[in-house]
Amino acid sequence: MILWVFAKVSFALAFGLGIAGLLGWVERKQSAVLQDRIGANRAGILGLRLLGFFHPLADALKMLSKEDFVPRKAHRLLHAAAPAISLGFALFCLAALPFGGTIESGGRSWSLQPLESPVGLLFVLGMLSLGVHGVVMAGYASGSNYALIGGLRGAAQMISYEVCLTSTLAAAASLYGTLDLQEAVLWQGKLLGGWLPAWGIFLQPLGFLLFLTAGAAVTKRTPFDIPEGESEIVGYHVEYSGMKFGMFLMTDFIESIVISGLVVTFFLGGWQIPALRLAGPWGGLAMLAAFSAKVLLVLLLLMQVRWTLPRLRFDQLLGLGWKNILPLSLANFLATIWAVYLWP
Amino acid sequence: MAIRVRPVGRPQRTLREQIYLWEVWKGLAVTFRHLFRNLARHSLRALGLAGPPGALTIQYPEEPPLLGARARTRHRLLKRPDGTPRCTACMLCETICPAKCIRITAEESPEVMIEKRARTFDIDLGLCVFCGYCVEACPVDAIHMDANDVELSAYNRRDMIWSLPELLGDKKKGRTLP
Repeated sequence: MILWVFAKVSFALAFGLGIAGLLGWVERKQSAVLQDRIGANRAGILGLRLLGFFHPLADALKMLSKEDFVPRKAHRLLHAAAPAISLGFALFCLAALPFGGTIESGGRSWSLQPLESPVGLLFVLGMLSLGVHGVVMAGYASGSNYALIGGLRGAAQMISYEVCLTSTLAAAASLYGTLDLQEAVLWQGKLLGGWLPAWGIFLQPLGFLLFLTAGAAVTKRTPFDIPEGESEIVGYHVEYSGMKFGMFLMTDFIESIVISGLVVTFFLGGWQIPALRLAGPWGGLAMLAAFSAKVLLVLLLLMQVRWTLPRLRFDQLLGLGWKNILPLSLANFLATIWAVYLWP
Repeated sequence: MAIRVRPVGRPQRTLREQIYLWEVWKGLAVTFRHLFRNLARHSLRALGLAGPPGALTIQYPEEPPLLGARARTRHRLLKRPDGTPRCTACMLCETICPAKCIRITAEESPEVMIEKRARTFDIDLGLCVFCGYCVEACPVDAIHMDANDVELSAYNRRDMIWSLPELLGDKKKGRTLP
């Protein structure tokens, strides 16, 4: 059984890192195609180019071979620990995602969720919150005022949007009556009125929108990528180079995969395929495929938003979070509570 | 006459714009339209079917650069119908050149009706500012800036100097490697 857990965790890691690599390619190509460009297409192996598919590989090689520069005033230990903390806690989140349900095979039942916990949601949210430490630590340890201010800016953004994130999820969780991610997916397996799948997006449309927005903000993706702000504003990783910088980049991709996984789990029915009962090993594969396909679709939507909207100013960002999204999500939460527990 | 003042109000955002979701949707519609249209065009092209290209990109080193019809590019010296250079070594271009990149030495022309001709005619493209004054100044229409050649870089300064046969197109510009 320990081997099975090991296999599941390896799958979760491969899922996250594989999709993160793929996203590097998707991001380049999607932005290029929607801007009437061709996009990066030069990197190739022995003349094999595959529409620039090897560019993420070339990126990784470049980052690995670059100088790992540490400023003289930096706190060396924390400077090295910050990217590891960022990436590590983002990867922990992946373990709690329900990639599939429980299947029966060979007289035993196998769960396809790496970390089966009745409080999976709290685990994911906790790990996402701990990722903030990486940001602040990077800003503090760099020994640069710009990085410090950038880190504080990032922390303010992530913390304020986590409040919104949690309150939208609280509504969904109280609707499903559970903090267990697997239970939430199972709850969405039934049909409403005999034809509509009871997915969160139909029962909590406002919650879905708010969660998507807050999720994009927590993962620091555009239009909320002020902490990074590649071209305009200096962020917390100015003093990072080489693979440490690459790890921060990876963190963003992994975190958006986690957020997409949460969106799929809570609002798009998880691994469920409507009107299909999945069982046995093939059913398990179908679950994995359905979950991955849904996650990829949400990621594509997030990328499209990224290449559509301009970046928000910082005061607009915090105003949106505290003045609009938080009250709306609290109202949504109260309405859900009332409908679930106090319905006459 | 009194000054008339017309107050111009600040543009106010409507409620729909304030809510922003509809505007987000409009933006997404534009980008999604481009995405799917270009994807379809790329796929049609990949299948070997005709159609408009999916991207405006010019793959420069492989495809020639697209230059405007009036683009000022490298100089070119013109010839008469009998093949001799049109240049009469009047030195007007050398005189007007603000960058002083043209250097002409004259010699006597064998033809009776023409007094002089250029023995050497060097243009240092490393100094040239591509202003086109030499073309304007030339009384015999001997110099043009329409060679449509923009790949002028060289590994040393001496290779930036183009000589008479090279400007006439009689000799290929030799370039030394580093």
